Amino acid sequence: MRRLMQRHETYVFLAVVALTIVVTALNPNFFTMENFLDILKSCSFLGIMAIGVLVVLISGGVDISFTAVATVGQYVMAVVITRYTGNIALAFAIAIAIGLVLGLINAALIYFFNIPTIIVSIGTLNVFYGLLIVFSGGKWIYTLPEWFRKFAETRVFTLFNSNGIPYGLSIVTLIWIFVIVLAALILRYTVLGRSLYAVGGCGFDKGPAERAGINIFRVQVFVYTFMGFTAGVAGVVQALLVQTVAPNSIVGKELNVIAAVVLGGASLAGGAGTIVGTLLGVFLLAILSNGLTLMRVPSYWYDVVIGLVILTSVSASALQQRRKGKRAIAVEDAQHG
Amino acid sequence: MSDLFLSMQNVSKRYTGVQALDQVDFEIRRGEVHCLAGENGSGKSTLIKIISGVVQPDGGSEIVVEEQQITHQTSIESMRLGIEVIYQDLSLFPNMTVSQNIALNEIIENKSRLVAKKHEAEIAQAAMDRVGVNLPLGELVGDLSMGDQQLVAICRALTSDVRLLIMDEPTTALTRKEIQGLFRVVAELKSQGIASMFVSHKLGEIFEIAERVTVLRDGRKVGTYSCSDLDDAKLSYLMTGQTVEYTPYNFEAAKQQPLLEVRNLSKKGNFADVSFALAPGEILGVTGLLGSGRTELALSLFGMNRPDSGEVYLNGDRLSLGSVGKSVRAGIGYVPENRLVQGLVMPQSVGRNIVVTTVRRLLAKLGLIDRDRYRENIDEWIDRLSIKVPSAQSPVRTLSGGNQQRVVLAKWMATAPKVLILDGPTVGIDVAAKSAIHTIIRDLAKSGVGVIIISDEVVEVHGTCNRALVMNRGRIKAELDMASTSAHELQDAVQQVSV
Repeated sequence: MRRLMQRHETYVFLAVVALTIVVTALNPNFFTMENFLDILKSCSFLGIMAIGVLVVLISGGVDISFTAVATVGQYVMAVVITRYTGNIALAFAIAIAIGLVLGLINAALIYFFNIPTIIVSIGTLNVFYGLLIVFSGGKWIYTLPEWFRKFAETRVFTLFNSNGIPYGLSIVTLIWIFVIVLAALILRYTVLGRSLYAVGGCGFDKGPAERAGINIFRVQVFVYTFMGFTAGVAGVVQALLVQTVAPNSIVGKELNVIAAVVLGGASLAGGAGTIVGTLLGVFLLAILSNGLTLMRVPSYWYDVVIGLVILTSVSASALQQRRKGKRAIAVEDAQHG
Repeated sequence: MSDLFLSMQNVSKRYTGVQALDQVDFEIRRGEVHCLAGENGSGKSTLIKIISGVVQPDGGSEIVVEEQQITHQTSIESMRLGIEVIYQDLSLFPNMTVSQNIALNEIIENKSRLVAKKHEAEIAQAAMDRVGVNLPLGELVGDLSMGDQQLVAICRALTSDVRLLIMDEPTTALTRKEIQGLFRVVAELKSQGIASMFVSHKLGEIFEIAERVTVLRDGRKVGTYSCSDLDDAKLSYLMTGQTVEYTPYNFEAAKQQPLLEVRNLSKKGNFADVSFALAPGEILGVTGLLGSGRTELALSLFGMNRPDSGEVYLNGDRLSLGSVGKSVRAGIGYVPENRLVQGLVMPQSVGRNIVVTTVRRLLAKLGLIDRDRYRENIDEWIDRLSIKVPSAQSPVRTLSGGNQQRVVLAKWMATAPKVLILDGPTVGIDVAAKSAIHTIIRDLAKSGVGVIIISDEVVEVHGTCNRALVMNRGRIKAELDMASTSAHELQDAVQQVSV
């Protein structure tokens, strides 16, 4: 119990529960299976990228270029499948391949030039996105193939609401779950996962990790290609969700994703963060925006509310950390002897 | 089989412009406890780095391990030969558990791809059993005490087939009890034929554990001695090449109002019930282990760490302790422990660093700086503290440690403080510069300033101060008059031998 109360996740979970109760009290439609499955579907796009961001943050890096990677992967995928047909496997393969290559570029820049990761990714974000706009001319793609639309409507299981309208667990959510399980296995049961935490835990000086025999470059390559992989998957998922491909629809969301992961307890200093926390962070932001919609709050207020939630959470955990740090000296209770 | 595990001949290393090591011979026997002693900059760390393969020696150097000539050693090769180094920073991962930390090296060494919690726990338990320690496997290493972290680092080294364990300044942050625990482990290793090499400059400890001592000075080997042939004074002479004699600081407290009076100062998680008085002209030492609350107390007096309760009076006026500005205006100066980060603006010139605290007093009309007075002021301080510097425009980072510390002192002396708090005033400074700094401090005190020295160097406190407070776990444990206390007694008080 004491352990549980020390964990950041516990507090995020309580916040999710509290928020659910408040929103349900204001609008009972919120607390329905249909709405939950809908939330799971709509936040899978951000949720998939959040898993990639979690891996980056654990390793002690920060990447903001992933939205550009997702967009590039998505756009190229859309061009290929609209021009030359294909199938859903090919669609994912194209976007993922692009994600891996662009991730590799990030990793190489970070490792060989030893530039702070955030600076590298600010640069690559602009280069990737800029090139896409140059070559695409910013053109939207409205007509995606029929099979692409059909796939998006696939449900893992189907239920009917009181009005007889079908709903269910979307295939898109299943893809998210696949990414979650993959990341969980890597973080928990592989030496690579351990190395990630080790590299992230030693801060700016990577000496301790090197001395432990960890190949820092390999870890970096994994981190940024995995980020590219999730960005590629997320790019396709976003196209499945909205059925239109616009070059400017994803870039700009990067800070929301990072915010969700940080809300979930991952540290920007590296070395800390869990899948459960990240999922809770994503849910918290999703429920917040879904709840605000159900409560008919003007959408302008979303950003303000989300900003306030992030500030509250981050300052709360900073305070907790500070208290923890100050406990370093166990002052003797009473003078004896 | 020869009884030598490692022998080195003619080992030299030259960095650009500096001869870090000059034809050093060095050897370690199997299962021996050997100590490497020397001042800062004597070449100790370069020698360790060469042994561990991190740094390559210059041509002509010969290294033999296990009767095999070693040509181009890398750190991986030296680990394969059974040489493990525990650096001062321990190289642990504070965000990971004890068992994850201990098992990590072995898991990576084995090129495994998967890990199981159970397997990690087994590796960790096996390593701990070898030396008879017991640590909570699931605890985060960052939450452990320094002593336990040291043991985690040792256990991790033991997961490989270690023949020589090198520990760089292992006792700096440990309490007496923790040091005893560490020494027990070293004795256990010895019984298993594993050699240990301590790098230390704390004399007392060397004699307790080591069989032989090799002393380095200015990159050259002074010699290797059996511990039974040495004593404190002899070793100190070998390390420094000079006999340092501290004449105690005689201070007769005049029967007047104290300059600074601290009453029941407490801050949760920092220190509790701290009370003491400081007379003008007095040099008061505040000592204790790392984490005893000494630095936190100093920061509180300087207004950087607001206490929860208690009062501080300066010449009878109550200090607010709420901000640095108020403390400085009241007449308190503070020279921080880490002058590189906290005390100096390294890329800026010596002159600017000196006047930064007093620049307001050098303003002419319209609030502009009076250039002439500015220059005179700087020259005066450079002269008064005999700071060796090509010009007042040279950046501070180009100076030696001793001269940098003089610049910090000048900066605070220029404010004409009533009380000057010095945290670790001679850390990283060579012996000659040290005694010069001590002279400056004494002169300052004689002029009526109350000086507080925060230091963990017992010899320094004993030789410079007239009185010392010993802190432990946030409380003042002892107040000792230096004239009637030996350095050894002070050391015992710091390491709480009696507790």
